[in-house]
Amino acid sequence: MSEGNGTVVEAPPIPNPALRPPAPREVTPPARPFPATARVRMETRGLRFFYGKTQALHDVSLAVPEKSVTAFIGPSGCGKSTYLRCLNRMNDIIPDTRVEGEVLLDGNDIYASGSDVVSLRRRVGMVFQKSNPFPKSIFENVAYGLKINGLCRRSELPQRVEKALRGSALWDEVKDRLHSTAMGLSGGQQQRLCIARALAIEPEVILMDEPASALDPIATQKIEELIYELKRDYTIVIVTHNMQQAARVSEYTAFFMLGRLVEHDRTEKIFTNPGQKITEDYITGRFG
Amino acid sequence: MTRSGRRKAFSRFVEVLCGASVLLALVPLFLVFFYVLSQGFSSLNWNFFTKMPTPPGEAGGGMANAILGTLYLIAVAALLAIPVGLISGIYLSEYPKSRLATATRFTADVLNGVPSIVIGIFAYGLVVMPVKHFSALAGGVALCFMMIPIIARTTEELLNLVPGTLREGALALGATRSRAAFSVMLPAALPGIMTGILVALARVSGETAPLLFTSFNNRFLTTKLTQPISSLTVQVYTYAISPYDDWHRQAWAGALVLVAVVFTFSVLARVVTKRLERMHRT
Repeated sequence: MSEGNGTVVEAPPIPNPALRPPAPREVTPPARPFPATARVRMETRGLRFFYGKTQALHDVSLAVPEKSVTAFIGPSGCGKSTYLRCLNRMNDIIPDTRVEGEVLLDGNDIYASGSDVVSLRRRVGMVFQKSNPFPKSIFENVAYGLKINGLCRRSELPQRVEKALRGSALWDEVKDRLHSTAMGLSGGQQQRLCIARALAIEPEVILMDEPASALDPIATQKIEELIYELKRDYTIVIVTHNMQQAARVSEYTAFFMLGRLVEHDRTEKIFTNPGQKITEDYITGRFG
Repeated sequence: MTRSGRRKAFSRFVEVLCGASVLLALVPLFLVFFYVLSQGFSSLNWNFFTKMPTPPGEAGGGMANAILGTLYLIAVAALLAIPVGLISGIYLSEYPKSRLATATRFTADVLNGVPSIVIGIFAYGLVVMPVKHFSALAGGVALCFMMIPIIARTTEELLNLVPGTLREGALALGATRSRAAFSVMLPAALPGIMTGILVALARVSGETAPLLFTSFNNRFLTTKLTQPISSLTVQVYTYAISPYDDWHRQAWAGALVLVAVVFTFSVLARVVTKRLERMHRT
Protein backbone atom coordinates (compact mmCIF):
# COMPACT_ATOMS: atom_id res chain seq x y z
CA MET A 1 0.00 0.00 0.00
CA SER A 2 2.82 2.38 0.76
CA GLU A 3 5.23 0.85 -1.75
CA GLY A 4 5.14 3.95 -3.89
CA ASN A 5 7.21 6.26 -1.75
CA GLY A 6 8.95 3.68 0.45
CA THR A 7 7.62 4.89 3.77
CA VAL A 8 5.68 2.72 6.13
CA VAL A 9 3.02 4.24 8.25
CA GLU A 10 3.19 2.66 11.68
CA ALA A 11 0.03 2.03 13.56
CA PRO A 12 -0.06 3.63 17.00
CA PRO A 13 0.76 1.09 19.71
CA ILE A 14 -2.26 -0.57 21.20
CA PRO A 15 -2.06 -0.45 24.97
CA ASN A 16 -1.90 -4.00 26.25
CA PRO A 17 -2.78 -4.15 29.92
CA ALA A 18 -1.08 -7.52 30.31
CA LEU A 19 2.29 -6.13 29.26
CA ARG A 20 2.37 -3.27 31.70
CA PRO A 21 4.32 -3.88 34.88
CA PRO A 22 1.96 -4.74 37.70
CA ALA A 23 1.03 -1.82 39.87
CA PRO A 24 2.70 -2.05 43.27
CA ARG A 25 0.30 -3.82 45.57
CA GLU A 26 -1.00 -2.11 48.64
CA VAL A 27 0.28 -4.35 51.41
CA THR A 28 -1.08 -3.91 54.86
CA PRO A 29 1.73 -4.18 57.40
CA PRO A 30 1.44 -7.21 59.66
CA ALA A 31 -0.12 -6.94 63.09
CA ARG A 32 2.36 -6.83 65.95
CA PRO A 33 0.71 -8.32 69.00
CA PHE A 34 4.06 -8.58 70.76
CA PRO A 35 6.00 -5.96 72.74
CA ALA A 36 7.59 -3.28 70.58
CA THR A 37 11.02 -4.30 71.90
CA ALA A 38 10.70 -7.87 70.59
CA ARG A 39 12.86 -8.56 67.56
CA VAL A 40 11.02 -9.81 64.49
CA ARG A 41 12.68 -12.98 63.18
CA MET A 42 10.43 -13.82 60.24
CA GLU A 43 7.88 -11.75 58.48
CA THR A 44 5.75 -12.04 55.38
CA ARG A 45 4.23 -9.18 53.45
CA GLY A 46 1.32 -9.75 51.12
CA LEU A 47 2.24 -13.41 50.60
CA ARG A 48 0.26 -15.17 47.91
CA PHE A 49 0.68 -18.78 46.92
CA PHE A 50 -0.67 -20.64 43.91
CA TYR A 51 -0.96 -24.34 43.16
CA GLY A 52 -1.33 -24.06 39.39
CA LYS A 53 -4.31 -21.76 38.99
CA THR A 54 -5.66 -22.30 42.49
CA GLN A 55 -4.72 -19.58 44.91
CA ALA A 56 -4.00 -21.11 48.31
CA LEU A 57 -2.84 -18.01 50.17
CA HIS A 58 -4.29 -14.52 49.87
CA ASP A 59 -2.07 -11.62 50.93
CA VAL A 60 -0.88 -13.02 54.21
CA SER A 61 1.08 -10.49 56.25
CA LEU A 62 2.41 -11.82 59.50
CA ALA A 63 5.35 -11.23 61.82
CA VAL A 64 6.99 -13.81 64.06
CA PRO A 65 9.01 -12.50 67.03
CA GLU A 66 12.16 -14.34 68.05
CA LYS A 67 12.43 -16.82 70.93
CA SER A 68 8.72 -17.38 71.15
CA VAL A 69 6.16 -19.89 69.99
CA THR A 70 3.67 -18.84 67.34
CA ALA A 71 0.86 -21.30 66.61
CA PHE A 72 -1.17 -21.47 63.40
CA ILE A 73 -4.68 -22.82 63.74
CA GLY A 74 -7.52 -23.17 61.30
CA PRO A 75 -9.67 -25.77 59.57
CA SER A 76 -8.12 -28.31 57.18
CA GLY A 77 -7.16 -26.81 53.86
CA CYS A 78 -7.02 -23.26 55.20
CA GLY A 79 -3.44 -22.81 54.00
CA LYS A 80 -1.62 -22.90 57.31
CA SER A 81 0.69 -25.74 56.26
CA THR A 82 1.25 -24.14 52.87
CA TYR A 83 2.13 -20.92 54.64
CA LEU A 84 4.53 -22.72 56.97
CA ARG A 85 6.24 -24.40 54.03
CA CYS A 86 6.76 -21.01 52.39
CA LEU A 87 8.91 -20.00 55.34
CA ASN A 88 11.72 -22.40 54.37
CA ARG A 89 10.81 -22.64 50.67
CA MET A 90 9.79 -26.26 51.07
CA ASN A 91 7.13 -25.67 48.44
CA ASP A 92 9.86 -25.14 45.84
CA ILE A 93 9.94 -28.85 45.09
CA ILE A 94 6.24 -29.00 44.25
CA PRO A 95 5.95 -28.49 40.51
CA ASP A 96 3.70 -25.83 39.04
CA THR A 97 3.52 -23.59 42.10
CA ARG A 98 4.11 -19.86 42.38
CA VAL A 99 4.83 -17.39 45.17
CA GLU A 100 4.14 -13.68 45.22
CA GLY A 101 4.93 -11.20 47.93
CA GLU A 102 7.80 -11.15 50.37
CA VAL A 103 9.05 -13.54 53.01
CA LEU A 104 11.66 -11.91 55.19
CA LEU A 105 14.15 -13.63 57.45
CA ASP A 106 15.89 -10.97 59.54
CA GLY A 107 14.73 -8.45 56.98
CA ASN A 108 16.09 -10.24 53.89
CA ASP A 109 13.72 -11.64 51.29
CA ILE A 110 14.29 -15.40 51.10
CA TYR A 111 12.63 -15.58 47.69
CA ALA A 112 14.92 -12.89 46.25
CA SER A 113 16.78 -14.09 43.16
CA GLY A 114 20.21 -14.30 44.79
CA SER A 115 19.01 -16.03 47.92
CA ASP A 116 20.49 -19.45 48.67
CA VAL A 117 17.85 -22.01 49.55
CA VAL A 118 20.33 -24.43 51.13
CA SER A 119 21.64 -21.89 53.64
CA LEU A 120 18.06 -20.74 54.25
CA ARG A 121 17.01 -24.24 55.25
CA ARG A 122 20.01 -24.49 57.50
CA ARG A 123 18.76 -21.45 59.38
CA VAL A 124 15.09 -22.42 59.25
CA GLY A 125 14.68 -26.04 60.28
CA MET A 126 11.56 -28.12 59.94
CA VAL A 127 9.82 -30.98 61.71
CA PHE A 128 7.14 -32.80 59.77
CA GLN A 129 3.73 -34.16 60.62
CA LYS A 130 4.75 -37.75 60.18
CA SER A 131 8.11 -38.55 61.70
CA ASN A 132 10.53 -39.27 58.88
CA PRO A 133 13.77 -40.67 60.27
CA PHE A 134 16.20 -41.83 57.62
CA PRO A 135 16.72 -45.59 57.48
CA LYS A 136 20.11 -45.16 59.13
CA SER A 137 21.36 -45.41 62.68
CA ILE A 138 20.21 -42.97 65.35
CA PHE A 139 23.66 -41.38 65.33
CA GLU A 140 23.71 -41.04 61.55
CA ASN A 141 20.29 -39.41 61.57
CA VAL A 142 21.39 -36.64 63.91
CA ALA A 143 24.80 -36.28 62.27
CA TYR A 144 23.33 -36.03 58.77
CA GLY A 145 22.76 -32.28 58.69
CA LEU A 146 26.16 -31.62 60.23
CA LYS A 147 27.89 -33.83 57.71
CA ILE A 148 26.24 -32.58 54.54
CA ASN A 149 26.72 -28.98 55.53
CA GLY A 150 30.25 -29.58 56.77
CA LEU A 151 29.39 -27.81 59.99
CA CYS A 152 31.91 -29.47 62.24
CA ARG A 153 34.95 -31.67 62.22
CA ARG A 154 34.46 -35.42 62.27
CA SER A 155 35.96 -35.63 65.74
CA GLU A 156 33.36 -33.20 67.09
CA LEU A 157 30.43 -35.18 65.72
CA PRO A 158 29.80 -37.28 68.85
CA GLN A 159 29.57 -34.19 71.08
CA ARG A 160 27.28 -32.37 68.67
CA VAL A 161 25.04 -35.42 68.33
CA GLU A 162 24.84 -35.84 72.09
CA LYS A 163 24.01 -32.17 72.55
CA ALA A 164 21.20 -32.37 69.99
CA LEU A 165 19.81 -35.55 71.51
CA ARG A 166 19.88 -33.99 74.98
CA GLY A 167 18.19 -30.94 73.53
CA SER A 168 15.30 -33.07 72.32
CA ALA A 169 15.15 -35.02 75.62
CA LEU A 170 15.98 -38.27 73.88
CA TRP A 171 19.54 -38.84 75.05
CA ASP A 172 18.78 -40.98 78.08
CA GLU A 173 16.56 -43.28 76.06
CA VAL A 174 18.96 -43.89 73.20
CA LYS A 175 22.49 -43.36 74.55
CA ASP A 176 23.11 -47.11 74.71
CA ARG A 177 21.97 -47.80 71.19
CA LEU A 178 23.16 -44.88 69.15
CA HIS A 179 24.32 -47.15 66.37
CA SER A 180 21.19 -49.23 66.02
CA THR A 181 18.66 -48.27 63.40
CA ALA A 182 16.32 -45.35 64.01
CA MET A 183 13.44 -47.38 62.60
CA GLY A 184 13.31 -49.36 65.84
CA LEU A 185 12.28 -46.34 67.92
CA SER A 186 8.68 -45.72 68.94
CA GLY A 187 6.63 -43.09 67.12
CA GLY A 188 7.18 -40.46 69.77
CA GLN A 189 10.89 -41.20 69.98
CA GLN A 190 11.15 -41.00 66.19
CA GLN A 191 9.55 -37.58 66.25
CA ARG A 192 11.93 -36.39 68.96
CA LEU A 193 14.78 -37.82 66.88
CA CYS A 194 13.58 -35.67 63.98
CA ILE A 195 13.61 -32.67 66.31
CA ALA A 196 17.14 -33.59 67.42
CA ARG A 197 18.13 -33.85 63.77
CA ALA A 198 16.81 -30.36 63.19
CA LEU A 199 18.47 -29.01 66.37
CA ALA A 200 21.87 -30.47 65.46
CA ILE A 201 22.52 -27.87 62.78
CA GLU A 202 21.51 -25.13 65.23
CA PRO A 203 18.89 -23.32 63.19
CA GLU A 204 17.42 -20.01 64.25
CA VAL A 205 13.82 -20.87 63.49
CA ILE A 206 12.11 -24.25 63.78
CA LEU A 207 8.96 -24.90 61.80
CA MET A 208 6.74 -27.68 63.09
CA ASP A 209 3.96 -29.03 60.95
CA GLU A 210 1.52 -30.76 63.31
CA PRO A 211 4.41 -32.49 65.06
CA ALA A 212 2.23 -34.40 67.51
CA SER A 213 -0.79 -35.25 65.41
CA ALA A 214 0.25 -38.88 64.94
CA LEU A 215 1.28 -39.43 68.56
CA ASP A 216 -0.46 -40.72 71.67
CA PRO A 217 -1.19 -38.30 74.56
CA ILE A 218 1.94 -39.17 76.54
CA ALA A 219 4.26 -38.73 73.57
CA THR A 220 2.38 -35.54 72.73
CA GLN A 221 2.97 -34.22 76.21
CA LYS A 222 6.68 -34.86 75.86
CA ILE A 223 6.79 -32.96 72.58
CA GLU A 224 4.91 -30.06 74.15
CA GLU A 225 7.28 -29.91 77.10
CA LEU A 226 10.11 -29.95 74.63
CA ILE A 227 8.66 -27.03 72.69
CA TYR A 228 8.38 -25.14 75.94
CA GLU A 229 12.08 -25.76 76.60
CA LEU A 230 13.19 -24.97 73.07
CA LYS A 231 11.63 -21.55 72.86
CA ARG A 232 14.32 -20.19 75.17
CA ASP A 233 16.83 -20.58 72.35
CA TYR A 234 14.78 -20.91 69.20
CA THR A 235 11.99 -19.17 67.38
CA ILE A 236 9.25 -21.75 66.92
CA VAL A 237 6.35 -21.74 64.52
CA ILE A 238 3.91 -24.61 64.93
CA VAL A 239 0.90 -25.67 62.91
CA THR A 240 -1.64 -27.59 64.94
CA HIS A 241 -5.14 -28.92 64.65
CA ASN A 242 -5.36 -29.26 68.36
CA MET A 243 -6.56 -26.01 69.87
CA GLN A 244 -5.75 -27.01 73.42
CA GLN A 245 -2.23 -27.62 72.20
CA ALA A 246 -2.05 -24.16 70.65
CA ALA A 247 -3.33 -22.68 73.90
CA ARG A 248 -0.83 -24.68 75.95
CA VAL A 249 2.38 -24.14 74.02
CA SER A 250 2.15 -20.83 72.21
CA GLU A 251 2.40 -17.18 73.10
CA TYR A 252 0.95 -15.96 69.82
CA THR A 253 -1.71 -17.55 67.70
CA ALA A 254 -2.68 -16.89 64.12
CA PHE A 255 -6.04 -18.07 62.83
CA PHE A 256 -6.21 -18.99 59.14
CA MET A 257 -9.37 -19.44 57.12
CA LEU A 258 -9.75 -20.13 53.40
CA GLY A 259 -6.20 -19.06 52.64
CA ARG A 260 -6.45 -15.79 54.55
CA LEU A 261 -5.03 -14.73 57.86
CA VAL A 262 -8.10 -13.84 59.90
CA GLU A 263 -6.52 -12.86 63.14
CA HIS A 264 -3.12 -12.83 64.78
CA ASP A 265 -2.82 -11.95 68.43
CA ARG A 266 -1.58 -13.06 71.79
CA THR A 267 -2.79 -16.62 72.36
CA GLU A 268 -4.56 -15.63 75.54
CA LYS A 269 -6.51 -12.96 73.68
CA ILE A 270 -7.41 -15.26 70.76
CA PHE A 271 -8.78 -17.88 73.11
CA THR A 272 -10.60 -15.61 75.57
CA ASN A 273 -11.60 -12.56 73.62
CA PRO A 274 -11.05 -12.96 69.88
CA GLY A 275 -11.49 -9.88 67.72
CA GLN A 276 -13.42 -11.67 64.98
CA LYS A 277 -16.70 -13.51 65.26
CA ILE A 278 -15.44 -16.24 62.95
CA THR A 279 -12.41 -16.93 65.17
CA GLU A 280 -14.69 -17.33 68.14
CA ASP A 281 -16.96 -19.67 66.19
CA TYR A 282 -14.01 -21.83 65.23
CA ILE A 283 -12.48 -21.92 68.68
CA THR A 284 -15.74 -22.76 70.37
CA GLY A 285 -16.25 -25.59 67.92
CA ARG A 286 -19.20 -24.17 66.05
CA PHE A 287 -17.57 -25.29 62.80
CA GLY A 288 -14.33 -26.79 61.61
CA MET B 1 -26.24 -79.68 44.38
CA THR B 2 -27.11 -76.64 46.40
CA ARG B 3 -26.08 -73.18 45.34
CA SER B 4 -23.38 -72.87 47.98
CA GLY B 5 -22.20 -76.38 47.20
CA ARG B 6 -21.73 -75.39 43.59
CA ARG B 7 -19.79 -72.29 44.59
CA LYS B 8 -17.53 -74.30 46.87
CA ALA B 9 -16.92 -76.88 44.15
CA PHE B 10 -16.06 -74.14 41.66
CA SER B 11 -13.71 -72.52 44.15
CA ARG B 12 -12.00 -75.85 44.66
CA PHE B 13 -11.73 -76.33 40.88
CA VAL B 14 -10.02 -72.92 40.46
CA GLU B 15 -7.63 -73.74 43.29
CA VAL B 16 -6.63 -76.98 41.63
CA LEU B 17 -6.22 -75.17 38.31
CA CYS B 18 -3.89 -72.62 39.91
CA GLY B 19 -1.84 -75.33 41.56
CA ALA B 20 -1.57 -77.27 38.32
CA SER B 21 -0.40 -74.17 36.45
CA VAL B 22 2.33 -73.57 38.98
CA LEU B 23 3.48 -77.18 38.65
CA LEU B 24 3.39 -76.91 34.89
CA ALA B 25 5.62 -73.85 35.07
CA LEU B 26 8.04 -75.57 37.43
CA VAL B 27 8.31 -78.85 35.53
CA PRO B 28 10.53 -77.53 32.68
CA LEU B 29 12.76 -75.80 35.22
CA PHE B 30 13.31 -78.98 37.19
CA LEU B 31 13.72 -81.06 34.03
CA VAL B 32 16.44 -78.74 32.78
CA PHE B 33 18.07 -78.74 36.17
CA PHE B 34 18.14 -82.49 36.55
CA TYR B 35 19.06 -83.24 32.97
CA VAL B 36 21.98 -80.84 33.01
CA LEU B 37 23.02 -82.19 36.39
CA SER B 38 22.86 -85.81 35.31
CA GLN B 39 24.66 -85.21 32.02
CA GLY B 40 27.21 -82.73 33.23
CA PHE B 41 28.10 -83.93 36.71
CA SER B 42 30.04 -87.02 35.52
CA SER B 43 32.39 -84.87 33.41
CA LEU B 44 32.89 -82.37 36.19
CA ASN B 45 36.19 -82.72 37.98
CA TRP B 46 39.00 -80.60 39.32
CA ASN B 47 40.67 -80.47 35.92
CA PHE B 48 37.58 -78.92 34.43
CA PHE B 49 38.03 -75.85 36.59
CA THR B 50 41.83 -75.61 36.42
CA LYS B 51 42.91 -76.89 33.00
CA MET B 52 42.80 -75.27 29.61
CA PRO B 53 40.95 -76.82 26.69
CA THR B 54 42.70 -79.67 24.93
CA PRO B 55 42.48 -80.73 21.28
CA PRO B 56 39.75 -83.29 20.55
CA GLY B 57 40.72 -86.81 21.53
CA GLU B 58 43.18 -85.70 24.18
CA ALA B 59 41.76 -86.33 27.62
CA GLY B 60 41.94 -84.15 30.72
CA GLY B 61 41.12 -80.71 29.33
CA GLY B 62 39.06 -78.13 31.16
CA MET B 63 37.35 -74.79 30.76
CA ALA B 64 39.37 -72.63 33.12
CA ASN B 65 39.65 -69.94 30.46
CA ALA B 66 35.91 -69.89 29.81
CA ILE B 67 34.92 -69.81 33.47
CA LEU B 68 37.29 -66.94 34.18
CA GLY B 69 36.26 -65.29 30.92
CA THR B 70 32.59 -65.32 31.84
CA LEU B 71 33.31 -63.80 35.24
CA TYR B 72 35.57 -61.25 33.60
CA LEU B 73 32.95 -60.26 31.03
CA ILE B 74 30.29 -59.94 33.72
CA ALA B 75 32.59 -57.75 35.77
CA VAL B 76 33.31 -55.48 32.81
CA ALA B 77 29.60 -55.26 31.99
CA ALA B 78 28.71 -54.53 35.62
CA LEU B 79 31.35 -51.81 35.90
CA LEU B 80 29.92 -50.10 32.84
CA ALA B 81 26.23 -50.70 33.48
CA ILE B 82 25.80 -50.13 37.22
CA PRO B 83 26.80 -46.44 37.34
CA VAL B 84 24.85 -45.57 34.19
CA GLY B 85 21.81 -47.60 35.23
CA LEU B 86 21.76 -46.27 38.78
CA ILE B 87 22.14 -42.65 37.78
CA SER B 88 19.50 -42.86 35.05
CA GLY B 89 17.18 -44.58 37.52
CA ILE B 90 17.69 -41.76 39.99
CA TYR B 91 16.97 -39.20 37.29
CA LEU B 92 13.82 -41.02 36.20
CA SER B 93 12.54 -41.06 39.76
CA GLU B 94 13.55 -37.50 40.70
CA TYR B 95 12.18 -35.85 37.55
CA PRO B 96 9.50 -38.32 36.47
CA LYS B 97 7.53 -35.93 34.31
CA SER B 98 10.34 -34.26 32.37
CA ARG B 99 10.45 -34.88 28.65
CA LEU B 100 13.88 -36.50 28.87
CA ALA B 101 12.61 -38.90 31.53
CA THR B 102 9.60 -39.92 29.45
CA ALA B 103 11.86 -40.55 26.45
CA THR B 104 14.42 -42.43 28.53
CA ARG B 105 11.79 -44.63 30.13
CA PHE B 106 10.36 -45.54 26.73
CA THR B 107 13.82 -46.17 25.27
CA ALA B 108 14.80 -48.37 28.20
CA ASP B 109 11.67 -50.47 27.80
CA VAL B 110 12.30 -50.88 24.09
CA LEU B 111 15.97 -51.70 24.65
CA ASN B 112 14.92 -54.31 27.19
CA GLY B 113 12.91 -56.05 24.49
CA VAL B 114 15.52 -55.91 21.74
CA PRO B 115 16.72 -59.43 20.80
CA SER B 116 20.15 -60.05 22.27
CA ILE B 117 21.63 -60.90 18.87
CA VAL B 118 20.76 -57.38 17.72
CA ILE B 119 22.52 -55.96 20.76
CA GLY B 120 25.52 -58.07 19.75
CA ILE B 121 25.48 -56.65 16.22
CA PHE B 122 25.24 -53.15 17.64
CA ALA B 123 28.25 -53.69 19.92
CA TYR B 124 30.05 -55.23 16.94
CA GLY B 125 29.51 -52.05 14.94
CA LEU B 126 30.37 -49.82 17.87
CA VAL B 127 33.47 -51.47 19.32
CA VAL B 128 34.67 -54.29 17.03
CA MET B 129 34.46 -52.55 13.64
CA PRO B 130 36.60 -49.49 14.44
CA VAL B 131 39.54 -51.56 15.75
CA LYS B 132 38.89 -54.49 13.41
CA HIS B 133 39.15 -57.23 15.98
CA PHE B 134 37.12 -58.92 18.67
CA SER B 135 37.70 -57.93 22.28
CA ALA B 136 36.56 -58.55 25.84
CA LEU B 137 35.60 -54.89 25.97
CA ALA B 138 33.17 -55.38 23.09
CA GLY B 139 31.57 -58.32 24.92
CA GLY B 140 31.29 -56.28 28.10
CA VAL B 141 29.73 -53.40 26.20
CA ALA B 142 27.17 -55.70 24.59
CA LEU B 143 26.22 -57.18 27.97
CA CYS B 144 26.12 -53.75 29.59
CA PHE B 145 23.53 -52.59 27.04
CA MET B 146 21.36 -55.45 28.22
CA MET B 147 21.87 -54.58 31.88
CA ILE B 148 21.34 -50.82 31.76
CA PRO B 149 17.58 -50.83 31.11
CA ILE B 150 16.96 -53.46 33.80
CA ILE B 151 18.98 -51.57 36.40
CA ALA B 152 17.57 -48.17 35.46
CA ARG B 153 13.95 -49.29 35.63
CA THR B 154 14.40 -51.27 38.84
CA THR B 155 16.16 -48.33 40.46
CA GLU B 156 13.40 -45.97 39.38
CA GLU B 157 10.62 -48.20 40.63
CA LEU B 158 12.27 -48.85 43.98
CA LEU B 159 13.08 -45.20 44.53
CA ASN B 160 9.44 -44.39 43.88
CA LEU B 161 8.54 -46.68 46.76
CA VAL B 162 10.65 -44.64 49.18
CA PRO B 163 8.36 -42.14 50.93
CA GLY B 164 8.83 -38.61 49.60
CA THR B 165 8.86 -37.37 53.20
CA LEU B 166 12.43 -38.68 53.47
CA ARG B 167 13.49 -36.41 50.63
CA GLU B 168 11.74 -33.49 52.32
CA GLY B 169 13.49 -34.34 55.58
CA ALA B 170 16.88 -34.23 53.88
CA LEU B 171 16.11 -31.00 52.01
CA ALA B 172 14.89 -29.39 55.23
CA LEU B 173 18.33 -30.06 56.72
CA GLY B 174 20.00 -28.13 53.93
CA ALA B 175 20.69 -30.97 51.50
CA THR B 176 20.66 -30.22 47.82
CA ARG B 177 18.37 -32.25 45.61
CA SER B 178 21.16 -34.51 44.38
CA ARG B 179 22.63 -34.90 47.85
CA ALA B 180 19.24 -36.00 49.13
CA ALA B 181 18.91 -38.47 46.27
CA PHE B 182 22.32 -40.05 46.81
CA SER B 183 22.60 -39.94 50.59
CA VAL B 184 19.02 -40.68 51.67
CA MET B 185 16.81 -41.94 48.87
CA LEU B 186 19.33 -44.31 47.29
CA PRO B 187 20.41 -46.01 50.54
CA ALA B 188 16.76 -46.42 51.52
CA ALA B 189 16.04 -48.23 48.26
CA LEU B 190 19.33 -50.11 48.17
CA PRO B 191 18.15 -53.62 49.15
CA GLY B 192 15.76 -53.75 46.23
CA ILE B 193 18.23 -52.13 43.86
CA MET B 194 20.85 -54.75 44.76
CA THR B 195 18.34 -57.41 43.83
CA GLY B 196 17.75 -55.67 40.51
CA ILE B 197 21.48 -55.54 39.80
CA LEU B 198 21.98 -59.21 40.66
CA VAL B 199 18.99 -60.23 38.57
CA ALA B 200 20.45 -58.27 35.67
CA LEU B 201 23.80 -60.02 36.21
CA ALA B 202 22.11 -63.41 36.31
CA ARG B 203 20.29 -62.58 33.11
CA VAL B 204 23.34 -61.54 31.11
CA SER B 205 25.65 -64.24 32.44
CA GLY B 206 23.66 -66.76 30.44
CA GLU B 207 23.79 -64.82 27.17
CA THR B 208 25.51 -66.31 24.12
CA ALA B 209 24.25 -64.30 21.17
CA PRO B 210 25.70 -60.89 22.11
CA LEU B 211 29.10 -62.47 22.69
CA LEU B 212 29.37 -64.46 19.46
CA PHE B 213 30.81 -61.61 17.46
CA THR B 214 32.00 -59.29 20.18
CA SER B 215 34.22 -61.16 22.64
CA PHE B 216 34.28 -64.17 20.27
CA ASN B 217 36.35 -66.95 21.82
CA ASN B 218 39.88 -67.62 22.90
CA ARG B 219 41.61 -70.92 23.52
CA PHE B 220 44.00 -69.23 25.92
CA LEU B 221 43.64 -67.56 29.25
CA THR B 222 43.66 -63.79 28.91
CA THR B 223 42.71 -60.79 30.97
CA LYS B 224 43.36 -58.19 28.30
CA LEU B 225 40.43 -55.92 27.54
CA THR B 226 41.53 -55.58 23.94
CA GLN B 227 41.85 -59.32 23.23
CA PRO B 228 39.12 -61.80 22.41
CA ILE B 229 38.08 -63.73 25.49
CA SER B 230 36.44 -67.06 26.07
CA SER B 231 33.12 -67.42 27.84
CA LEU B 232 31.19 -70.41 29.12
CA THR B 233 28.23 -69.79 26.88
CA VAL B 234 30.24 -69.50 23.65
CA GLN B 235 32.47 -72.41 24.67
CA VAL B 236 29.44 -74.60 25.36
CA TYR B 237 27.99 -73.59 22.01
CA THR B 238 31.25 -74.36 20.18
CA TYR B 239 31.67 -77.73 21.88
CA ALA B 240 28.05 -78.72 21.51
CA ILE B 241 28.06 -78.34 17.71
CA SER B 242 31.40 -80.12 17.37
CA PRO B 243 31.50 -83.77 16.26
CA TYR B 244 33.59 -85.01 19.21
CA ASP B 245 32.11 -86.98 22.09
CA ASP B 246 34.49 -85.77 24.76
CA TRP B 247 33.77 -82.17 23.72
CA HIS B 248 30.07 -82.93 24.08
CA ARG B 249 30.67 -84.14 27.60
CA GLN B 250 32.65 -80.99 28.35
CA ALA B 251 29.78 -78.91 26.95
CA TRP B 252 27.40 -80.53 29.43
CA ALA B 253 29.76 -79.81 32.28
CA GLY B 254 30.05 -76.23 31.07
CA ALA B 255 26.30 -75.91 30.96
CA LEU B 256 26.13 -77.18 34.53
CA VAL B 257 28.68 -74.60 35.71
CA LEU B 258 26.75 -71.90 33.86
CA VAL B 259 23.51 -72.87 35.56
CA ALA B 260 25.33 -72.85 38.87
CA VAL B 261 26.63 -69.33 38.20
CA VAL B 262 23.15 -68.02 37.37
CA PHE B 263 21.70 -69.85 40.36
CA THR B 264 24.34 -68.34 42.64
CA PHE B 265 23.46 -64.83 41.50
CA SER B 266 19.77 -65.46 42.17
CA VAL B 267 20.40 -66.87 45.63
CA LEU B 268 22.81 -64.05 46.35
CA ALA B 269 20.12 -61.57 45.34
CA ARG B 270 17.74 -63.02 47.91
CA VAL B 271 20.30 -63.21 50.70
CA VAL B 272 21.60 -59.69 50.16
CA THR B 273 18.07 -58.28 50.05
CA LYS B 274 17.13 -60.03 53.28
CA ARG B 275 20.22 -58.83 55.10
CA LEU B 276 19.96 -55.24 53.96
CA GLU B 277 16.26 -55.13 54.75
CA ARG B 278 16.92 -56.38 58.23
CA MET B 279 19.29 -53.47 58.75
CA HIS B 280 16.55 -51.05 57.77
CA ARG B 281 13.90 -52.38 60.10
CA THR B 282 13.97 -52.91 63.85
